[in-house]
Amino acid sequence: MNVRAADLPLVALKGVGKTFSNGTIALAGLNLEVRSGEFLSLLGPSGCGKSTALRMIAGLAEASTGSISRPVSGEGLGFVFQEPTLMPWATVADNVWLPLRLKGVSKGDAAARIEDVLHLVGLDKFKTAYPRELSGGMKMRVSIARALVMSPKLLLMDEPFAALDEITRSKLNDDLLRIKVERGCTVIFVTHSVYESVYLSSRIVVMAARPGRIIAEIAVDEPMPRPESFRRAPAYIEACRRASEALLGALGSQDHL
Amino acid sequence: MSEAHTMSETVTPVTASASGSFWDGHAATILVPVLALIAKLLIWEWIVHEYEIPPYKLPAPSAIGKTLVSDWHVLFPSFLITMKITLLSLMTAVATGVVLAIAFTRSRLVELSFTDVVVFLQVTPLIAIAPLLIIYFGEQATVYIAATIVAFFPILSNTMTGLRSTDHGLVNLFDLYGAGPVQRLTVLQLPNALPYFLTGLRIASGLALIGAIVAEFVAGSAGKGSGLAFRIVESGYRLNIPRMFAALILVSAAGVVLYFSFAFLSHQLLRKWHESAVRREN
Repeated sequence: MNVRAADLPLVALKGVGKTFSNGTIALAGLNLEVRSGEFLSLLGPSGCGKSTALRMIAGLAEASTGSISRPVSGEGLGFVFQEPTLMPWATVADNVWLPLRLKGVSKGDAAARIEDVLHLVGLDKFKTAYPRELSGGMKMRVSIARALVMSPKLLLMDEPFAALDEITRSKLNDDLLRIKVERGCTVIFVTHSVYESVYLSSRIVVMAARPGRIIAEIAVDEPMPRPESFRRAPAYIEACRRASEALLGALGSQDHL
Repeated sequence: MSEAHTMSETVTPVTASASGSFWDGHAATILVPVLALIAKLLIWEWIVHEYEIPPYKLPAPSAIGKTLVSDWHVLFPSFLITMKITLLSLMTAVATGVVLAIAFTRSRLVELSFTDVVVFLQVTPLIAIAPLLIIYFGEQATVYIAATIVAFFPILSNTMTGLRSTDHGLVNLFDLYGAGPVQRLTVLQLPNALPYFLTGLRIASGLALIGAIVAEFVAGSAGKGSGLAFRIVESGYRLNIPRMFAALILVSAAGVVLYFSFAFLSHQLLRKWHESAVRREN
């Protein structure tokens, strides 16, 4: 009992493995601890099991072996998919309302929280818009607002900005860091972009494929939120170099690539 | 004339490309079909008079128009009856089709147990079942049941497709937030199925009318409750071909009214979000 709650990991994966029914080993004995307040990136080539690991943390997939401890799903968890996955028949406000609605909160009672998160992602003026009227970046903002409306402790993001153009992407990166600091939540972020992972993360876990495993860990100590000038800072460039090398190592280990 | 020509020359290409050519414009889409229809009717009228075709072979449009007016007291009640049968059958088909679609997508057991019945009703020609229906249910009821059977299938299959084609990510999201089966149905599956259902409804409305007409041909119920199909058969017996044409016109009018009513309903329900109903800006 002399261990403080803050020292306990928020998420812990112990020897987690995943074998698909066709025999493919997606993950082999993954050990990972995520502490409260961290921004952790899972960086790796496609097929390294980073998305599978994230889905297992969310409880959307079962681990074949090992154990996962995490906060209760639903309440304490927000998930942002690669696609915005909005309901096209519902307005922006109604899409953001969804997690609360499924917990039985009426729209009237949810109104203040919906306003709050829409303000956070800069979409105050689009409450009554339908998804088809929004750009790709704005749809992703709605998706992030929806993930935040329950005030989750843990935000899981599966390559959320992969389909966006470079300018929108870097704008959303900045906004995400600001939101993370304001909300004080823990983020696990799946990406295949070295630059994005370095800019956003406090820690990067580099993974390799066949079988999916962790091959390197890189800490990025720059405090958050980070200024735009961080993209040219020596610490940033050094972290990018190390992450790139690790990623090259990950690709090298896949003999047939 | 030459001045008008120069005028049209000076119109800037910007407006020309913005409004499209004459053939894409509003005036053309209404004016051209109407003028073409009038032309066709005039040619028909002329042929009948020129070759002195007797009205019991091919009546002129003017003769059909006169019959439509003079026999209105007979034809219009029949029109209303056909419409009533069609709409009632359609409502029954919608109720059973949607409920069964929900049951099929909810329970594999129900689906496996009842798919044979649905397929049987779909693949067997209606006209082949009709005599049996008359024996079991009588002439009046047969017309309703037959129209319901043909209208039912597009409702069922389209609604099922809609209920099943929910976005995978959204299903994950509902899993994540621990949504119950009723919430999944009402918040996700039913709204998702709406455009599919409405397409089925439009198809079904046409089929219900066909079903009502065909079944009445077979059932041949006379007297107060007779619809347009009976008037067509009756006109045939009496060699009253102008009235037969007038009844035919009312049958197509019923189809057109149904089609446009449901197209309008569909547009109203989907115009805010569905690609099929959204006005494109480019």
